[in-house]
Amino acid sequence: MSEIGADLLLSMYEMTETIRRFEQQAIAQYRLGNIRGYFHPYLGEEAIAVGAMAAIEPDDYIVSTHRGHGHALAKGHEPRRMMAELFGKESGYCRGRGGSMHVASRSVRNLGANGIVGGGLAIAAGAALAIKQREGPEVVVAFCSDGSSANGIWHESMNLAAIWDLPVIFVLENNQYAVSTPIRDSARVEHLSQRAAGYGMPGVTVDGNDAAIVYGAMQEPLRRARAGEGPSLVECLTYRHGGHHVNDPGLYLPPEELQRWKAHDPLIVLRARLARAGVDEAAITLIDERVERLIDEAVEFATASPNPSVEDFLAEVATL
Amino acid sequence: MKYREALRAALQEEMERDATVFCVGEGIGERGGSYKVTEGLLAQFGPGRVIDTPLSEAGFVGLGAGAAIAGQRPVVEILFIDFLLQAMDQVVNQAAKYRFMSGGEGRVPLVVRTQGGTGNSLAGQHSQSLEALYYHVPGLKVVMPATPRDAKGLLKSAIRDDDPVIFIEHKLLYMTDGEVPAEDYLIPLGQADIKRSGSDVTLVAWSHMVVKSLQAAELLAAEGISTEVIDLRTLVPMDVDCVLDSVRRTGRLVIAQEAIKRGGVGSDVAAIVAERAFDHLRAPIVRVAGWNTTIPFNLGLEKASVPQVDDIVAGVRSVVQSGAAAGT
Ligand SMILES: Cc1ncc(C[n+]2csc(CCOP(=O)(O)OP(=O)(O)O)c2C)c(N)n1
Ligand SMILES: [Mg+2]
Repeated sequence: MSEIGADLLLSMYEMTETIRRFEQQAIAQYRLGNIRGYFHPYLGEEAIAVGAMAAIEPDDYIVSTHRGHGHALAKGHEPRRMMAELFGKESGYCRGRGGSMHVASRSVRNLGANGIVGGGLAIAAGAALAIKQREGPEVVVAFCSDGSSANGIWHESMNLAAIWDLPVIFVLENNQYAVSTPIRDSARVEHLSQRAAGYGMPGVTVDGNDAAIVYGAMQEPLRRARAGEGPSLVECLTYRHGGHHVNDPGLYLPPEELQRWKAHDPLIVLRARLARAGVDEAAITLIDERVERLIDEAVEFATASPNPSVEDFLAEVATL
Repeated sequence: MKYREALRAALQEEMERDATVFCVGEGIGERGGSYKVTEGLLAQFGPGRVIDTPLSEAGFVGLGAGAAIAGQRPVVEILFIDFLLQAMDQVVNQAAKYRFMSGGEGRVPLVVRTQGGTGNSLAGQHSQSLEALYYHVPGLKVVMPATPRDAKGLLKSAIRDDDPVIFIEHKLLYMTDGEVPAEDYLIPLGQADIKRSGSDVTLVAWSHMVVKSLQAAELLAAEGISTEVIDLRTLVPMDVDCVLDSVRRTGRLVIAQEAIKRGGVGSDVAAIVAERAFDHLRAPIVRVAGWNTTIPFNLGLEKASVPQVDDIVAGVRSVVQSGAAAGT
């Protein structure tokens, strides 16, 4: 990864910090009662979205998950309209109708987060089929979770993508838990990436807390996909910085395990890389300040935005 | 006792009584399930009978059916009825048909406990009321208790039943309180309950709509309208006689359901009454039901998408008024 320059490191740092701040501020707004419903923070896992998105083109597609704020931000969603969606406001990406688990936008080619674990995987394969039929240059990055790998749709989607050489890259975010169930209770393989062999596609397992490593791990799968050689599976090992959702204290996470992963925080990893690349503190401080303003402004925008009109909604739905 | 405690008591008593009863689902062991119904069961019965699963809904629902066919009495927990759709084939093509297709010899004493409904801003894939899908399928029983007492008595009956039962709880009911008899009791499947007697109009509801209907009846009483609230409790088998008997007395029928109106169970109740008690009706039947929409995330829209107490009050008022206008 020596070829990753300071500019790319800086932009990955800025996005990591953006996701981090966004989540922290959104959680604060949740505590104030301004955000409701389910909210699965991406805290601690930012490097995966950041590294994967740095590797793809704006025209490439993604499908996201229930833990999807980071994917959306890294794919180019504006923090203000994301925040507004979490607030359930009309100015949000889904006009307040979808919320955290359903953020989607055609404009940035995010085919959508999902409330159903694994729900996006066949959608991803389908979008990849559409690209192939149109002979387009794009690929689909399908974010998925360790929990989804126990679900039939994960296996069916991988197999379909493999047999038809579809341009999709399955990025498995293995944070090692499905709510409180550790992955070792759900799978007998040491690495979930081993399963790729069963579908006849390459699979690797990498450090998902290092955006530069994730970025690097995407290169060969992207080459393959764009060359019409089919899908790949990139398993990224990571860890949540807290409970499953904002109201889960996560007491089942062994403290030493959590501490070990927190010491390997994506931000710490990137800062170390920046230092090694000779980037000085001042440049980082500048980014931190810019991100802070951006997210503060997002909260102000969401707060000031109106709720969707109940009358308009009823006019849409009151048909039968 | 709280609704969720009543459910837990039913599971606990049945597991103590019958060694073939076991629970299986996501995070039901140490964590006690998302709504804490199974809390404490792991400690009492061990991991052999309180089994945590991966996110393999089709797999472990089908596995429940298989264990049931082989003589066990599994209680499968599916966190949200929205996820039970993943196991539709296992429920509809496998569990529901097994008894019939085996010439009546096979038995599938499976209970699928699940949960639905709106109320917490959980949006389109965590808020649906899907009972009509299961109501439609021959071979399934469908239970939707509204009170802690009913929840306990019905779950015990469901576990003892030899057919697959879809047991649907409501997310807004888990923390509700109510009297639960101290002694051992069962509530048979297929018996409605008149939760409030009245003489002007019959109001049929189930699950959380019973709570709202009782509130509506209270408001209507202040206007001088006497509402009889019938809680169906089990949709399959349905206690049609209880509904017909009430309608014959009141001459008016309102059905309150949270699910969308189109193709809902309420439509079937209306059709049954129209077929069998038409001559007793003094006003057109009214269905107060959810709008034909995906459940929105925004709380204001979510509320607008399903009937509120005021909507039920308005529905009842309309039949009483139209009934009066029609004259007797
Ligand atoms: C099909 C399905 N089953 C269950 C759930 C409930 N649920 C939501 S997230 C979750 C755990 C998911 O764990 P994992 O897939 O590893 O993703 P993570 O939350 O760790 O990112 C569960 C059980 C769901 N949303 N969809
Ligand atoms: Mg996980």
